[in-house]
Amino acid sequence: MASTIEQQAKGNKQGEVRYLTPLDIETKKEAKYCRFKKNGMKYIDYKDANFLMYLVNEQGKILPRRLTGTSLKYQRKVAQAIKRARHLALMPYVGDMLK
Amino acid sequence: MNHYETVFILNPVLSDTQIKETVQKFEDYLVSRGAEMISKEDWGLKKLAYPIQKKKSGFYHLLDYKVAGEAITSFELEFRRDDSVMRYLTVRLDKHAEAWAEKRRERVKSSKK
Repeated sequence: MASTIEQQAKGNKQGEVRYLTPLDIETKKEAKYCRFKKNGMKYIDYKDANFLMYLVNEQGKILPRRLTGTSLKYQRKVAQAIKRARHLALMPYVGDMLK
Repeated sequence: MNHYETVFILNPVLSDTQIKETVQKFEDYLVSRGAEMISKEDWGLKKLAYPIQKKKSGFYHLLDYKVAGEAITSFELEFRRDDSVMRYLTVRLDKHAEAWAEKRRERVKSSKK
Protein backbone atom coordinates (compact mmCIF):
# COMPACT_ATOMS: atom_id res chain seq x y z
CA MET A 1 0.00 0.00 0.00
CA ALA A 2 2.73 2.41 0.97
CA SER A 3 4.65 1.56 -2.14
CA THR A 4 1.79 2.51 -4.44
CA ILE A 5 1.47 5.93 -2.80
CA GLU A 6 5.20 6.42 -3.23
CA GLN A 7 4.98 5.38 -6.81
CA GLN A 8 2.21 7.86 -7.44
CA ALA A 9 4.14 10.62 -5.73
CA LYS A 10 7.11 9.90 -7.96
CA GLY A 11 4.91 10.35 -10.95
CA ASN A 12 4.42 6.81 -12.01
CA LYS A 13 2.26 6.83 -15.15
CA GLN A 14 0.51 3.59 -14.17
CA GLY A 15 -2.42 5.22 -12.36
CA GLU A 16 -3.01 7.94 -14.94
CA VAL A 17 -5.69 7.66 -17.60
CA ARG A 18 -4.18 8.08 -21.03
CA TYR A 19 -5.84 8.08 -24.39
CA LEU A 20 -4.27 7.10 -27.66
CA THR A 21 -6.96 8.85 -29.65
CA PRO A 22 -8.41 12.20 -28.49
CA LEU A 23 -11.83 11.93 -26.92
CA ASP A 24 -14.72 12.85 -29.18
CA ILE A 25 -16.30 15.67 -27.14
CA GLU A 26 -18.34 18.34 -28.85
CA THR A 27 -16.79 21.63 -27.80
CA LYS A 28 -18.32 23.89 -30.45
CA LYS A 29 -21.61 25.34 -29.33
CA GLU A 30 -24.42 25.81 -31.77
CA ALA A 31 -24.06 29.28 -33.23
CA LYS A 32 -26.73 31.75 -32.16
CA TYR A 33 -28.47 33.84 -34.74
CA CYS A 34 -30.95 36.66 -34.77
CA ARG A 35 -34.31 35.21 -35.73
CA PHE A 36 -35.58 38.57 -36.99
CA LYS A 37 -32.61 39.17 -39.27
CA LYS A 38 -32.76 35.61 -40.55
CA ASN A 39 -36.46 35.69 -41.34
CA GLY A 40 -36.43 39.25 -42.63
CA MET A 41 -38.98 40.45 -40.06
CA LYS A 42 -38.80 44.22 -40.03
CA TYR A 43 -41.54 44.94 -37.54
CA ILE A 44 -42.37 43.26 -34.26
CA ASP A 45 -46.07 43.45 -33.56
CA TYR A 46 -47.14 44.18 -29.98
CA LYS A 47 -50.61 42.80 -30.77
CA ASP A 48 -49.26 39.29 -31.29
CA ALA A 49 -48.90 38.21 -27.68
CA ASN A 50 -48.52 34.52 -28.53
CA PHE A 51 -45.33 35.22 -30.45
CA LEU A 52 -43.92 37.58 -27.82
CA MET A 53 -44.32 34.82 -25.25
CA TYR A 54 -41.27 33.14 -26.81
CA LEU A 55 -39.17 36.13 -25.78
CA VAL A 56 -40.00 36.16 -22.07
CA ASN A 57 -39.22 33.72 -19.29
CA GLU A 58 -41.87 32.00 -17.18
CA GLN A 59 -42.14 35.00 -14.88
CA GLY A 60 -42.89 37.27 -17.80
CA LYS A 61 -39.46 38.92 -17.83
CA ILE A 62 -37.87 39.84 -21.14
CA LEU A 63 -35.15 37.33 -22.01
CA PRO A 64 -31.65 38.76 -22.49
CA ARG A 65 -29.94 38.89 -25.85
CA ARG A 66 -27.30 36.44 -24.70
CA LEU A 67 -29.95 33.73 -24.46
CA THR A 68 -32.11 34.48 -27.49
CA GLY A 69 -29.34 35.63 -29.84
CA THR A 70 -31.40 38.59 -31.05
CA SER A 71 -29.36 41.43 -32.52
CA LEU A 72 -29.31 44.71 -30.62
CA LYS A 73 -31.41 46.50 -33.22
CA TYR A 74 -34.24 44.00 -32.86
CA GLN A 75 -33.86 43.50 -29.12
CA ARG A 76 -34.83 47.15 -28.68
CA LYS A 77 -37.92 46.57 -30.81
CA VAL A 78 -38.74 43.40 -28.89
CA ALA A 79 -38.53 45.29 -25.60
CA GLN A 80 -40.75 48.07 -26.94
CA ALA A 81 -43.32 45.60 -28.25
CA ILE A 82 -43.45 43.62 -25.00
CA LYS A 83 -43.91 46.78 -22.96
CA ARG A 84 -46.77 47.89 -25.21
CA ALA A 85 -48.37 44.46 -24.94
CA ARG A 86 -48.13 44.65 -21.16
CA HIS A 87 -49.83 48.03 -21.10
CA LEU A 88 -52.77 46.61 -23.05
CA ALA A 89 -53.00 43.59 -20.72
CA LEU A 90 -52.14 41.25 -23.59
CA MET A 91 -49.17 40.07 -21.51
CA PRO A 92 -48.68 40.11 -17.77
CA TYR A 93 -46.26 42.45 -16.00
CA VAL A 94 -45.60 39.74 -13.48
CA GLY A 95 -46.50 36.14 -13.98
CA ASP A 96 -45.84 32.68 -12.72
CA MET A 97 -45.65 29.39 -14.60
CA LEU A 98 -46.34 30.99 -17.96
CA LYS A 99 -44.67 28.12 -19.78
CA MET B 1 -50.98 63.17 -42.27
CA ASN B 2 -49.48 60.25 -40.41
CA HIS B 3 -50.65 56.68 -40.18
CA TYR B 4 -51.78 55.75 -36.66
CA GLU B 5 -53.41 52.83 -34.97
CA THR B 6 -55.22 52.82 -31.66
CA VAL B 7 -56.12 49.84 -29.52
CA PHE B 8 -58.52 50.45 -26.67
CA ILE B 9 -60.22 48.28 -24.09
CA LEU B 10 -63.84 48.91 -23.18
CA ASN B 11 -65.49 48.02 -19.93
CA PRO B 12 -66.99 44.48 -20.05
CA VAL B 13 -70.18 45.49 -18.22
CA LEU B 14 -71.40 47.53 -21.21
CA SER B 15 -74.15 46.18 -23.43
CA ASP B 16 -73.61 45.48 -27.13
CA THR B 17 -75.41 48.63 -28.24
CA GLN B 18 -73.45 50.77 -25.78
CA ILE B 19 -70.20 49.38 -27.16
CA LYS B 20 -71.23 50.03 -30.73
CA GLU B 21 -72.22 53.57 -29.78
CA THR B 22 -68.89 54.23 -28.04
CA VAL B 23 -66.82 52.90 -30.92
CA GLN B 24 -68.96 54.92 -33.34
CA LYS B 25 -68.45 58.00 -31.18
CA PHE B 26 -64.65 57.73 -31.41
CA GLU B 27 -64.83 57.07 -35.12
CA ASP B 28 -67.05 60.09 -35.68
CA TYR B 29 -64.69 62.21 -33.65
CA LEU B 30 -61.75 61.16 -35.82
CA VAL B 31 -63.67 61.81 -39.02
CA SER B 32 -64.68 65.24 -37.71
CA ARG B 33 -60.97 65.99 -37.26
CA GLY B 34 -60.38 65.16 -40.91
CA ALA B 35 -59.16 61.61 -40.45
CA GLU B 36 -59.20 59.01 -43.15
CA MET B 37 -60.36 55.70 -41.66
CA ILE B 38 -58.43 52.73 -43.04
CA SER B 39 -59.79 49.82 -41.08
CA LYS B 40 -61.25 48.78 -37.79
CA GLU B 41 -61.18 45.49 -35.98
CA ASP B 42 -63.28 44.08 -33.21
CA TRP B 43 -61.39 41.49 -31.20
CA GLY B 44 -64.40 40.87 -29.00
CA LEU B 45 -64.36 40.04 -25.32
CA LYS B 46 -60.87 39.01 -24.29
CA LYS B 47 -59.45 37.92 -20.99
CA LEU B 48 -56.97 40.41 -19.54
CA ALA B 49 -53.51 39.26 -18.50
CA TYR B 50 -54.02 41.04 -15.18
CA PRO B 51 -57.05 42.76 -13.62
CA ILE B 52 -57.71 46.40 -14.54
CA GLN B 53 -60.23 48.29 -12.39
CA LYS B 54 -61.02 44.93 -10.80
CA LYS B 55 -62.26 43.57 -14.14
CA LYS B 56 -60.80 40.43 -15.62
CA SER B 57 -61.91 40.89 -19.21
CA GLY B 58 -62.61 43.63 -21.69
CA PHE B 59 -63.76 44.42 -25.22
CA TYR B 60 -60.78 45.10 -27.46
CA HIS B 61 -61.11 47.36 -30.48
CA LEU B 62 -58.57 48.47 -33.03
CA LEU B 63 -58.79 51.58 -35.21
CA ASP B 64 -56.47 52.22 -38.12
CA TYR B 65 -56.49 55.72 -39.62
CA LYS B 66 -54.57 58.56 -41.15
CA VAL B 67 -54.79 61.91 -39.46
CA ALA B 68 -52.69 65.02 -38.86
CA GLY B 69 -50.54 64.70 -35.75
CA GLU B 70 -52.21 67.59 -33.90
CA ALA B 71 -55.50 65.71 -33.69
CA ILE B 72 -53.99 62.91 -31.59
CA THR B 73 -53.72 64.82 -28.29
CA SER B 74 -57.37 65.83 -28.37
CA PHE B 75 -58.37 62.32 -29.48
CA GLU B 76 -56.57 60.79 -26.51
CA LEU B 77 -58.23 63.35 -24.26
CA GLU B 78 -61.56 61.89 -25.42
CA PHE B 79 -60.40 58.48 -24.21
CA ARG B 80 -59.43 59.84 -20.84
CA ARG B 81 -62.80 61.59 -20.47
CA ASP B 82 -64.76 58.43 -21.24
CA ASP B 83 -65.23 56.22 -18.19
CA SER B 84 -65.98 53.12 -20.25
CA VAL B 85 -62.45 53.05 -21.69
CA MET B 86 -60.15 51.07 -19.43
CA ARG B 87 -56.96 51.32 -21.50
CA TYR B 88 -55.89 52.82 -24.78
CA LEU B 89 -52.70 52.92 -26.81
CA THR B 90 -52.03 54.98 -29.92
CA VAL B 91 -49.01 54.15 -32.03
CA ARG B 92 -47.71 55.88 -35.13
CA LEU B 93 -46.85 53.33 -37.80
CA ASP B 94 -43.55 53.55 -39.64
CA LYS B 95 -43.03 52.06 -43.08
CA HIS B 96 -42.31 48.55 -41.80
CA ALA B 97 -45.32 48.65 -39.51
CA GLU B 98 -47.52 49.85 -42.39
CA ALA B 99 -46.41 46.89 -44.48
CA TRP B 100 -47.19 44.60 -41.55
CA ALA B 101 -50.61 46.18 -41.05
CA GLU B 102 -51.36 45.73 -44.75
CA LYS B 103 -50.60 42.01 -44.53
CA ARG B 104 -52.64 41.72 -41.38
CA ARG B 105 -55.68 43.27 -43.06
CA GLU B 106 -55.40 40.82 -45.94
CA ARG B 107 -55.14 37.94 -43.51
CA VAL B 108 -58.25 39.10 -41.64
CA LYS B 109 -60.12 39.49 -44.93
CA SER B 110 -59.18 36.02 -46.16
CA SER B 111 -60.01 34.38 -42.83
CA LYS B 112 -63.51 35.93 -42.89
CA LYS B 113 -64.31 34.46 -46.31
